Amino acid sequence: MELKMFILVLGLLVGSGSPDIGPNQGKCSDSLDPGPQDQGNHTLTPQSKKNFPVLSFGYDHVRLPFEISLWVLLASLMKLGFHMMPRLSSIVPESCLLIVVGLLVGGLMKLVAEVPPVLESKIFFLYLLPPIILDAGYFMPIRQFTENLGTILMFAVVGTLWNAFFVGGLLYGVCQFEGHRLVNVDLLSCLLFGSIISAVDPVAVLAVFEEIHINELLHILVFGESLLNDAVTVVLYHLFEEFSSVGTITVMDVFLGVVCFLVVSLGGIVVGAIYGLLAAFTSRFTSHTRVIEPLFVFVYSYMAYLSAEVFHLSGIMALIACGAVTRPYVEANISHKSHTTIKYFLKMWSSVSDTLIFIFLGVSTVAGPHEWNWIFVVATLILCLVARVLGVVGLTFVINKFRIVKLTSKDQFIIAYGGLRGAIAFSLVYLLNTDHFPKRNMFLTAIITVIFFTVFVQGMTIRPLVDLLAVKKKQETKRSINEEIHTQFLDHLLTGIEGICGHYGHHHWKDKLNRFNKKYVKKCLIAGERSKEPQLIAFYHKMEMKQAIELVESGGGSKLPSAVPSTVSMQNIQPKKSPQDRALPQLSKAREDEIRKILRTNLQKTRQRLRSYNRHTLIADPYEDGWNEILIKRKRMMELEKKISQMNNYLTVPAPAPDSPTIARARLASDPQAWGLKSLTESIPTIKVDLASPQSPESFNMVDEIGKKGSQSKASEEEDGLTMKVPSMTKPRKDKTANEDDDKEPQQRLMRCLSDPGPAGEEDEEDEPFLH
Amino acid sequence: MGSTSSTLLKIPNAEVLMQETGFSPAHIIRLHDRFKALDKEGRGYLCPQDFGAIKELAMNPIGDRIIGAFFSPGKETVDFSTFVKILAHFRPVDKDRPKEPNSPEPINSRSNKLKFAFQLYDQDKDGKISRDELLKVLRAMLGMQVTEEQLESIADRTIQEADLDRDEAISFEEFRKSLEKVNIDHKMSIRFLR
Repeated sequence: MELKMFILVLGLLVGSGSPDIGPNQGKCSDSLDPGPQDQGNHTLTPQSKKNFPVLSFGYDHVRLPFEISLWVLLASLMKLGFHMMPRLSSIVPESCLLIVVGLLVGGLMKLVAEVPPVLESKIFFLYLLPPIILDAGYFMPIRQFTENLGTILMFAVVGTLWNAFFVGGLLYGVCQFEGHRLVNVDLLSCLLFGSIISAVDPVAVLAVFEEIHINELLHILVFGESLLNDAVTVVLYHLFEEFSSVGTITVMDVFLGVVCFLVVSLGGIVVGAIYGLLAAFTSRFTSHTRVIEPLFVFVYSYMAYLSAEVFHLSGIMALIACGAVTRPYVEANISHKSHTTIKYFLKMWSSVSDTLIFIFLGVSTVAGPHEWNWIFVVATLILCLVARVLGVVGLTFVINKFRIVKLTSKDQFIIAYGGLRGAIAFSLVYLLNTDHFPKRNMFLTAIITVIFFTVFVQGMTIRPLVDLLAVKKKQETKRSINEEIHTQFLDHLLTGIEGICGHYGHHHWKDKLNRFNKKYVKKCLIAGERSKEPQLIAFYHKMEMKQAIELVESGGGSKLPSAVPSTVSMQNIQPKKSPQDRALPQLSKAREDEIRKILRTNLQKTRQRLRSYNRHTLIADPYEDGWNEILIKRKRMMELEKKISQMNNYLTVPAPAPDSPTIARARLASDPQAWGLKSLTESIPTIKVDLASPQSPESFNMVDEIGKKGSQSKASEEEDGLTMKVPSMTKPRKDKTANEDDDKEPQQRLMRCLSDPGPAGEEDEEDEPFLH
Repeated sequence: MGSTSSTLLKIPNAEVLMQETGFSPAHIIRLHDRFKALDKEGRGYLCPQDFGAIKELAMNPIGDRIIGAFFSPGKETVDFSTFVKILAHFRPVDKDRPKEPNSPEPINSRSNKLKFAFQLYDQDKDGKISRDELLKVLRAMLGMQVTEEQLESIADRTIQEADLDRDEAISFEEFRKSLEKVNIDHKMSIRFLR
């Protein structure tokens, strides 16, 4: 099946010719279809009156987008195809398969005497790379990153420098030794080549490491290194490129190089942070235009990247900084759906980019001008490997003196082995000017060989090696509330002890930053009441939500003993009217029984009117207004029954807006007259119970009417209950930040199924809290 | 400053302290200096006010508990060896320390670190963290931003999760178990005290 698809698409592709992406503007499709095209494009020759063309063929003006779409389609279909062959994809990492596909496509194109496109650097750097980096930066686990920042920087900066000079220098030596063909490769060229090839590539690392689920420490070390070494690469590249035209280097130049490095990296970070804060600030005001919220995040981040590139600062670092700075504030401001949108768009784009990059790498290999030189290529390969191993071992020796949790030799091996090279190196070499670098093609060949080696050999073998060495895998931890509380407690404890020791360590500065953040920054950037919400509460909400969702998904069948107090507490934890309320009233079976009993004993036989569980019709329902009151009262009555003794506490709710439903509820709650059960009975119209409803008639339908919107969510959930699981499983891009995203995932699933109505319904839902 | 050994001699019981806590001479000296700096009146011991003068502790939500941990029950003062022994809890664990079969567990072992933290929760020292104690800690950490119910819900939930023997309180074993996935060696160590 996949084979047929593959062949079909290939046929399409080849038939329509190579896209305009490559530098060779080739003859392409014109040569294939001269006849019909002419007929379509000819307009004015009035020699003979032709018949009116009913069907004409005008390919030219859609060619570029058409071909781009075809490529994207090919990439996505390939991805789909791989996952249908599970055995293959468990042995070979996806990146390898994609390169192979690229090779095949390139080969096919060559066969048909088309000119295959090459991965042009502009396209790569401006369009293909940013989504991947933004995705990585936005979901970067900040805590682990900052804890290991020293180590990461050491590897990124010192490690890359070491690699560059080692490889460059020794390669020069080899060239000198080799004689005849290579002797005119000068030192600067070699150093430049060394600096390009020594950088660990984030795209390749992500692609491979994601599939092996290695423990978080190693993942963040290798991945962080691959991101931060961009600054080093940029500086070295420009440095050597400049000097190769000049010819000599002085000490002054070296010094300027160092300064340049600082400017490039810090400048990139500053630019990113500025845009990030702008994005956060903008998101504060988007409560009325929820639909374009994700756009702000994307555009600001992209602008950060482009602005950094304008000044030749490190665009990657800018993007990372922007994503990391934006996230905490934007997430507090935007709606759930926007959050989901951002997450999925980022994953989607980065996935497509990643696939395209590898395919093009394959195609370029077939297409690109090659100059094979055994000695040079083999020497490069060996030197790269050796340099990496030596670098890692040496640096770890130094680093371990400063780390609390030391890196074992297993860790070192994985770090060294995970130093994959990828498309960035390729693109950088491609950018080289052939006049200055006569041996550019040789460099290209060598780089492609190294890339292939690292991606294929290292990529394929890293998984069995990880298993063989019994390296710790990522723990699928469900963060418990205990851990959260105790971790915070310990943070405070350590900060205190540091104070006693008089030592301003890690905790002290973290504490200071947190205080500053809470006091000034959050107030600026987060809208409304959310700015004061402590992290623990947010975490607790998330947990409760998750449990509630699990409860619903399990059919509400088993009555979890813990569910009862939690769901009750859920209703209590809504003191403020927050514009994007995340808590839904998920009433457990126990509650349902309770409610049913109360209703039965005190009210008349209630029957539920049921037309369809369409939020539109229910909202537009003329009975709505009256219902509000009744529902509020009924809800209140139930809560009162449960929590009679604690009524007073409702009044200690800290000042939200005076007309917030919570206060209203509290006021009503404390009003003794409101208790009158008898009075309720008259005012309730009859509700028809539709016994044909899919769920158990009694329990479920009561609940529905009671929590108006809440019930609808429950209804649609139950109906979609099973289907909710499916989308997440076929999620193409796996979670990189496991814990957080796993926690959020159920919320989004829930939110997604609530997202069917049009904008009007959406608005309502967002702005009113569910609990009435 | 004189050489390490001469300064060391001035500190009472330095040898014994180093033995018990595993601190190096340099650390003992550093801590002694800090002790003297805190002990402004030069009495040779510290009292709660001396601790209170530390600014960071005043801002710390559990600052008073930390201070309280230094003072053994009944005593009003902290002498140098107690000071050092308490701080020894926060030494990073040295993995390559040879395990002598008869020696007691080092103060900075994972278990002892956890015990220290546990004691900070368990103020009445009954060996369990009751719901009230938990509530007090939560209130201290979360301040006035949350309502009573929220706290109670969180406390209930916490106890539910951790309480395995259903006695509505968290014992030390349950505490330890709930933190088994957290890298205590890392979380409760100060690099300064290596």
